[in-house]
Amino acid sequence: MSELTRLTLSDARDGLRAGEFSARELTEAHLDAMAASRALNAFVTETPERALAMAAASDARLAQGQAGLLEGLPVAVKDLFCTKDILTTACSRILDGFKPPYESTVTQKLWDSGAVMLGKTSLDEFAMGSSNSTSCHGPVENPWRRRGDNRPLVPGGSSGGSAAAVAARLALGATGTDTGGSIRQPASFCGVVGMKPTYGRCSRWGVVAFASSLDHPGPIARTVRDAALMLQAMSGHDPRDSTSAPIPVPDFAASLTGDIRGLRIGVPKEYRVDGMPPEIETLWQRGVEWIKAAGATPVEISLPMTKYALATYYIIAPAEASSNLARYDGVRFGLRVPGASIDEMYENTRAAGFGAEVKRRILIGTYVLSAGYYDAYYLRAQKIRALIARDFAAAFERCDAILTPTTPSPAFALGEKQDDPVTMYLNDVFTVPADLAGLPAISLPAGLSDDGLPLGLHVIGRAFDEETVFRVAGVLEGAAAFTAEPGR
Amino acid sequence: MALDRTIVARIATLARIKVSDSELDALAGELGSILAWIEQLNEVDVSGVAPMTSVAHMKLPMRDDKITDGGDRDAILANAPQEARGFFAVPKVVE
Repeated sequence: MSELTRLTLSDARDGLRAGEFSARELTEAHLDAMAASRALNAFVTETPERALAMAAASDARLAQGQAGLLEGLPVAVKDLFCTKDILTTACSRILDGFKPPYESTVTQKLWDSGAVMLGKTSLDEFAMGSSNSTSCHGPVENPWRRRGDNRPLVPGGSSGGSAAAVAARLALGATGTDTGGSIRQPASFCGVVGMKPTYGRCSRWGVVAFASSLDHPGPIARTVRDAALMLQAMSGHDPRDSTSAPIPVPDFAASLTGDIRGLRIGVPKEYRVDGMPPEIETLWQRGVEWIKAAGATPVEISLPMTKYALATYYIIAPAEASSNLARYDGVRFGLRVPGASIDEMYENTRAAGFGAEVKRRILIGTYVLSAGYYDAYYLRAQKIRALIARDFAAAFERCDAILTPTTPSPAFALGEKQDDPVTMYLNDVFTVPADLAGLPAISLPAGLSDDGLPLGLHVIGRAFDEETVFRVAGVLEGAAAFTAEPGR
Repeated sequence: MALDRTIVARIATLARIKVSDSELDALAGELGSILAWIEQLNEVDVSGVAPMTSVAHMKLPMRDDKITDGGDRDAILANAPQEARGFFAVPKVVE
């Protein structure tokens, strides 16, 4: 492993600016690491030529003193972001061969800030999953293994390729999207940092839509500061997304003051779920102690609707997905399977193009929106969503940020938790509420499980107060001093 | 609630996904168990609660009614599974 791939994004940024190495050398080191780690299956498309051309342009700008925020820093892109003229599949057969004629806003902002694109990373098909095992390109392996056990583990999902690539030092950072936990849960499973900003902070334009009222683009990186820098570059108002917030983007990295004295940190009693392993409870308690030692005050809070968040999510997300995914009809792009009539062509195309989990969710969504069931399911879920948001609003009158575990368990082996769909859904029990309420939330690695796997702590903040989330996460990161590295 | 194969077949038709007869029972079981789990939401008192359609506390923005984009026919058609004379082509719809 090259020394250059071991740098954090922030340190690599400093090194480039000091002329210690070139963007080309940094990019080549990452391309070599990617080639040596193909067994992880983290990337679905590698773009080495594009990467080297972008690195050369970065070196020229660095030499002229015109470096952008992320100048010359190699990053990976979840294959859910449209990248102009580069295959974009959402890891679904139905987008077979699709090369977008446009670039997503978030990736364009990254390239405008000088970042270098290494390639596209794997995800659960259409971002629907928590294990990155439903990709049409095959499952992704977590670079971590249990101590004394060589079975491959899942990286989490849906942004599993991005989290695995960052954890294995194949990229300094990567984009992800979070609809029910898809940035934070894989970050937790892979021992890296994942930040889901406030809904509206990052444009959704050019991101393949799953559930539009819940989809949040955000960064995955190895440190809180790295995530702050990446989010800085990815954020900002976009007139092409009508839900994009027309407000200025603060300097996120400047919020990492290390000082949380006087802050009140909420600890929700409802997040102590049945069957949660003691190691998760211990980690959470340790987090509370770290907060206290840093001069903040833990406050017990109540989020009584927590237990209903997952079921609410599994109405709203499939309903929106069934509508968004209606566009895959074999007419304008992607796969077409012929049929005798146009309806048969649609049905054959969608039967062959979508995988089992995507079909299940489209069917659930179609059912809950269908005549006679809309009020009982969809409308009721939207009302409970309002109650969940109200819970958070009440809690934030008593505290400035909320601390919880990210997931109820560490990474599991491929094939585990697949007895029935609901078991898999329970992975997202702690992450889904912040998606439903649109609140910023981060996962950072804070300790190891009994069998040597990373465990994440989770900080939720007020809407558009990413700065407090970063500030608290920075203090926890310093206290946790997480230095363990994956074996692969 | 329990789903039977007739309902699953109807939803699949609405969703335009071909589902073979042999898959219907298994799907009815899977979807039925998800819906049974969702039933817990009936415990919640939602009277007087307005449904939340978006977390973005903003009015939909207005913009000038001007053309800002376009003229990309060839780029758009480049991804078409089938095209003819500058249009997307589909199986015959009108006899």
